[in-house]
Amino acid sequence: MNFLKSTLAGSMVFATLATSALSAEDTIKVGVLHSLSGTMAISETTLKDTMLMLIDQQNAKGGLLGKQLEAVVVDPASDWPLFAEKARELLTVHDVDVIFGNWTSVSRKSVLPVIEELNGLLFYPVQYEGEESSKNVFYTGAAPNQQAIPATDYFLDELGVEKFALLGTDYVYPRTTNNILESYLKGKGIADDDIFVNYTPFGHSDWSKIVADVVALGADGKKVGVISTINGDANIGFYKELAAAGVSADDIPVVAFSVGEEELAGLDTSNLVGHLAAWNYFQSAESDANAEFIETWKAAMGDERVTNDPMEAHFIGFNMWVNAATEAGSTEVDAVRDAMYGQEYSNLTGGTAVMLPNHHLAKPVLIGEIQADGQFDIISQTEEVPGDAWTDFLPESAVLKSDWKDLGCGMYNTETKTCVQTLSNY
Amino acid sequence: MQRSFFAKNPSVLVFLALLAIFTLVVTVLSEGFGMGFISTSFIKTLGKTLCLCLIAVAMDLIWGFTGILSLGHFAFFGLGGYMIGMWLMYERTRLIVVESLSQAEIPPTSAEVVDAIGNQIFGVVGSSEFPLVWAFADSLFLQLALVVLVPGILALVFGWLAFRSRVTGVYLSILTQAMTLALALYLFQNDSGLRGNNGLSGLQNLPGVTASQDQVSLWFLWASAFALGVGYMIAAWVVSGKFGSVIRGIRDNEARVRFLGYSVETYKLAVFTLTACLAAIAGALYYPQAGIINPAEIAPIASIYLAVWVAIGGRGRLYGAVIGAAFVSLLSTWFTGGQAPDISLGFYTIKWVDWWLVLLGLSFVLVTLFAPKGMGGLVDLWTDRRVPNRHGADLGPDDGALREKEASE
Amino acid sequence: MRHLLIAIIATLLSCTGAFAQEGAIQPVLQNHQAAIVKSSRKTIAPAIDAIASSGVPQAQQVLEVWAAKNMWMRKSDGVFFIAEKAEDKTYRLTDFDTGQTIDGVLKADLKQIKPNSGIRAMIGTALVRFQLMDADKDKRQDALTSIERDPEAAHLAPLRASIDAEPDAGLKAQKQRLERLLTIGYDEDTQARVDAILEMSGDLGVDVRATLNPLMTTTRAVSAGDVPQGLNIAQVLVPGKEDFDTEAAYELLVKENLAAPRLSSGEMRAILAEHIDGGSIAGVPVAQMNTLENRSKAYASLAAEGKVPPLVTDETIQAALATHVFYDVYSEPSAEVTDAAQKALNDISVNVGMNQALDLTLDALSLASIYFLAAIGLAITFGVMGVINMAHGEFIMMGAYTGYVVQQIIPDHTISIIVAIPLAFAVTFAAGVAMERLVIRWLYNRPLETLLATFGISIALQQLAKNIFGTQARPLTAPGWLDGAWVINDVVSISYIRIAIFILAFIFLGVFLFIMKRTRLGLETRAVTQNPRMASSMGINKDKVNMLTFGLGSGIAGIAGVAIGLFAKVTSELGSDYIVQSFMTVVVGGVGNIWGTLAGATMIGFLQKGIEWLNPSNTLAAQTYMIIFIIIFIQFRPRGIVALKGRAAGD
Repeated sequence: MNFLKSTLAGSMVFATLATSALSAEDTIKVGVLHSLSGTMAISETTLKDTMLMLIDQQNAKGGLLGKQLEAVVVDPASDWPLFAEKARELLTVHDVDVIFGNWTSVSRKSVLPVIEELNGLLFYPVQYEGEESSKNVFYTGAAPNQQAIPATDYFLDELGVEKFALLGTDYVYPRTTNNILESYLKGKGIADDDIFVNYTPFGHSDWSKIVADVVALGADGKKVGVISTINGDANIGFYKELAAAGVSADDIPVVAFSVGEEELAGLDTSNLVGHLAAWNYFQSAESDANAEFIETWKAAMGDERVTNDPMEAHFIGFNMWVNAATEAGSTEVDAVRDAMYGQEYSNLTGGTAVMLPNHHLAKPVLIGEIQADGQFDIISQTEEVPGDAWTDFLPESAVLKSDWKDLGCGMYNTETKTCVQTLSNY
Repeated sequence: MQRSFFAKNPSVLVFLALLAIFTLVVTVLSEGFGMGFISTSFIKTLGKTLCLCLIAVAMDLIWGFTGILSLGHFAFFGLGGYMIGMWLMYERTRLIVVESLSQAEIPPTSAEVVDAIGNQIFGVVGSSEFPLVWAFADSLFLQLALVVLVPGILALVFGWLAFRSRVTGVYLSILTQAMTLALALYLFQNDSGLRGNNGLSGLQNLPGVTASQDQVSLWFLWASAFALGVGYMIAAWVVSGKFGSVIRGIRDNEARVRFLGYSVETYKLAVFTLTACLAAIAGALYYPQAGIINPAEIAPIASIYLAVWVAIGGRGRLYGAVIGAAFVSLLSTWFTGGQAPDISLGFYTIKWVDWWLVLLGLSFVLVTLFAPKGMGGLVDLWTDRRVPNRHGADLGPDDGALREKEASE
Repeated sequence: MRHLLIAIIATLLSCTGAFAQEGAIQPVLQNHQAAIVKSSRKTIAPAIDAIASSGVPQAQQVLEVWAAKNMWMRKSDGVFFIAEKAEDKTYRLTDFDTGQTIDGVLKADLKQIKPNSGIRAMIGTALVRFQLMDADKDKRQDALTSIERDPEAAHLAPLRASIDAEPDAGLKAQKQRLERLLTIGYDEDTQARVDAILEMSGDLGVDVRATLNPLMTTTRAVSAGDVPQGLNIAQVLVPGKEDFDTEAAYELLVKENLAAPRLSSGEMRAILAEHIDGGSIAGVPVAQMNTLENRSKAYASLAAEGKVPPLVTDETIQAALATHVFYDVYSEPSAEVTDAAQKALNDISVNVGMNQALDLTLDALSLASIYFLAAIGLAITFGVMGVINMAHGEFIMMGAYTGYVVQQIIPDHTISIIVAIPLAFAVTFAAGVAMERLVIRWLYNRPLETLLATFGISIALQQLAKNIFGTQARPLTAPGWLDGAWVINDVVSISYIRIAIFILAFIFLGVFLFIMKRTRLGLETRAVTQNPRMASSMGINKDKVNMLTFGLGSGIAGIAGVAIGLFAKVTSELGSDYIVQSFMTVVVGGVGNIWGTLAGATMIGFLQKGIEWLNPSNTLAAQTYMIIFIIIFIQFRPRGIVALKGRAAGD
């Protein structure tokens, strides 16, 4: 048995050696760490394809620093511990210069210790709950103040919502986001009784009671709004039940943070017209850059494919990395990191994204209404909002600040003027 | 006694020797040792595989020898991981917090230190209070004791309830599966106090240890190999004596053993608890290598895979379980890792990432149907042992017994 | 060049229009151009008011067009038009005032005005006065909906005036009801309000409660000495009693600037840090500041020196509380109204409570029927034949995907469902028979191995589904007549799709009983189950009976899949979501008896809804506790609710 195992081990080692010998030093390697199988595959495969498309485009333009880019794709299979293992493999066996990857928060937390230990560089493209800052990660997705807070403001100011139902799937992103929102709403004078919170499991399908609870909230005579951090498949049952209960967007508007073009593809949206989603990007954004991006994407992947927010995040992140490496004249992590600060790149919705010293982007916030064709009608677009790693609306994190450029610290306590820790909190 | 044990079970000695050689070879070839032929990430994979082998041995003991198909052993495995993970996280955070607070003008009170640790650990999931379950997290010794105690007591209580009311066979399997599901769902809740879906992370960083992961991964490989060796010996010792005969008797015909005057429930309970503890130790070694533990690890499917490994390896023989766990889990890694070359059929390209599970599922059906002895059966052909010829008749009362070969061990 | 020309002409036209025509709307729009383009609820009100009160006949049309997102602005000169998309991707503009049209305008030259739903609601409110008497019934309905959404005092008079002339009976009733509600909220005569409240009390409608509850809003206040006169006081509060603890009372005092705030430990620490003097604070060395006692001691010394404000102690808090009175005061000044409203709400809340219980029962029944439907196939294969089929969930999934595929081919939802149900049965029946022939029949005496082999099939099927259909959820849309819900009142309602599933579950119960009790197959199945050898000697083909029974169980699972897909989602993991619950339903109910399965499903459904009701904020907890309950339940009734007795029980 052990004989078998060691031969297997041996053959795997030699296989890896062989591949690394083949790809000699004349390419720059870019790691792509997205699940290609398992539950997250549907979302993450799209991002892998986006990366391959961006790398091809860059190579067609002549590569980077006179070398061609080479994508190293691995499959962490939606298995969180495997993310750490694959990240180590990318950094030590394949010697990649940068990694683009991850979707879920838990997978990011799994990868963090590894890339910090080995001083890797990760671009993380998905909206997340904040409360984290790593020297080795650039967060190109939205922080809560770039998605959740503006959407809540929209509810308060534009729709006049007075009573909130915060519905979420029971995991860290909804938990933290709802925590921040609860605290934010209380600061805006919304009473405790006017905030209803509910958590459901992944893939929940029995929504009748929850929808009934939400409708019953209207008995106070206050306008009710739903802020949904419901993840993935569970949205389908939720929206179906909403439609069945005859809840129209004019009576009880729902704003979702995890429902994009991809998710709506699994639904008949005719009953959902008018419900909202908040993102930094919608496919329906009107700009030449976006039209070109959609065109290349459809040409590469097929006409029925849609584009979404995390794809734009990768688009910006990748181009910024290319520019930073060009500026630094090397792909060495520390040099690139220094060159990243202040990098500007035009985003697809027609503004300019700027990389801040806290490793977040300044991006506009868009709010869209669902249309019958599964696309979003953009009805509100803000100026660029700078991403904030530590929310100002929770007492513990209000005093914290992240500034890797001047302070060299991701968790700087502005009250005691000390750096709490230089590693990230995973 | 010692002599006669090994003399009676020569396979144990062979196994231990092979395990030692394997560990030595891997160590010499590792990056941490300097040769660098085996990458650190692969060392970790091998270390984890050894832990999986240990829980497979436990599974074989409860299923292959006692006839209880438990679909809940990964719950114990996970609990073990959680217990050690709590200490690792607490201590690592404590060091950071103490360091950070010592920069302040006024020294912190002990309550402030605990609050700050709580804030660091639970701030991520939007809370800052320490739940009750973390009461002993500051003590390595107590938490190590809990690694065995918590799963052990859970197994004891659950087993006592289940065996006492004579839940057997398939019902017991479903019940254990329900237990796993309940535990996983419970841990998924943020209110459980173990960080919900995020679980405990950063476990690979041992607090206070400055050695690189190249070294640490080797230490864990050695520890896992040692644990597997000891676990294997314990299991072999349990099944070799009179105790072993009784539990095999329970497997083949529970009623008869009961009529012979044995307290069947006590035997079952003892084996169930022992295997739960073995599983927990395996888990406690596994998760610091994996780096993160979260409720998804405990999902019922994991325990079913465990049964699959043991069945493919060949149950009713301990080395079979080890072969099965090592072979299937490594193969799984290889196929899902994208290293397996795609096969082009001209009209369709088989990507193993997509088709591996189909292959595994079908091969599993085939093994159950045509090779109930699993891969361990190959060993029989190889050693070509002489066995009393019973003209193929089964030893047990059921058609499905098929355990003639074991009688000669 | 051409565009420029058109623009100039248009500008000229609009200008001349403005001067030439009396009552043109465009100048009003131009006055508020910035606000309209900005499209924010906070700044739009003057624009809407101006349009609505312009007295121009086009005002109604402008508001309607605007709300429908059909108003566009020409970028070159900022003039607003109605825009329609022409066939060649250009737009045709229509002037509001003159009705003149301009063809062939490019999208790039235009900007669509997109009012958000907050603004649309305001426009709706502004439109009420135009629409209440409109000839078009739909527009009158729109007006009423707007009033319902945002009731205003200003609506009361026009609404009353419009009631008598209303020709439509339904709308008339609705208008009368709204008039009552508006009377409660806004009538100037207190007695009229009280009368209206009495009239509406006991009504279950959410709108009634939504009208009454705002009357009951209170603010918590504090004052020194006695309760002030002339206020409509709801209750006087005593600190430390009921929900009002001393902590909250003191916070209120601090908030009203009637007392000094308490120091948190962090603040004390910060203050102490400011007073570090040569390595010690008030004589206590800094190194000793690591206990609370020492810190308090140092702070007390500082306070004694007058360097910091004195510490707020429990005694000072008690003293401050004793000299103040706390009370809740209604924002509604009339005590008669609040008393009547309180009484009406009490009546309603009893009624609502009972109806909520009824609603919960319906939800529980619905969940029970879904579990029953998912488990009924298993009740046959596991309960009757004793075969553990872990791939049962995947048969459910296959059924759901069959429904999806049929819907791709037949676009009509009604026909496609009618086709899908028998087809799903056929597909899963065939799959079940194939599985029985190829795998299960070799393992009849090895139940544990059946479990594992079928599990192998389960993961293979699940992955196959992923490979074929992808991991993304697929739409399976219910026919239109199943949309919506059966609304008994504002509290009790259940969606038609759930009713359909409930009925389906009962049909299957009937089918199952009929097959088992009344047909040859049922008789033979029971015979084979009870004693296979004897059955064989009686001339029953054991293999055939097993095959057909298994096929039947699988086929029913397929139909269940179509039903489950209709109300939830179709993914490759659909089956695994239901498999453990299905097994537990069968085991809890009692194996080998369909009534047991029914009882098991009912128990699990009611239990889950009950726990959800107790803990509404965490559905996951409900599932966890339900499973734990089941585990304990099985310990005490290992054979389930309906246990077979005697020989049929097997061993």
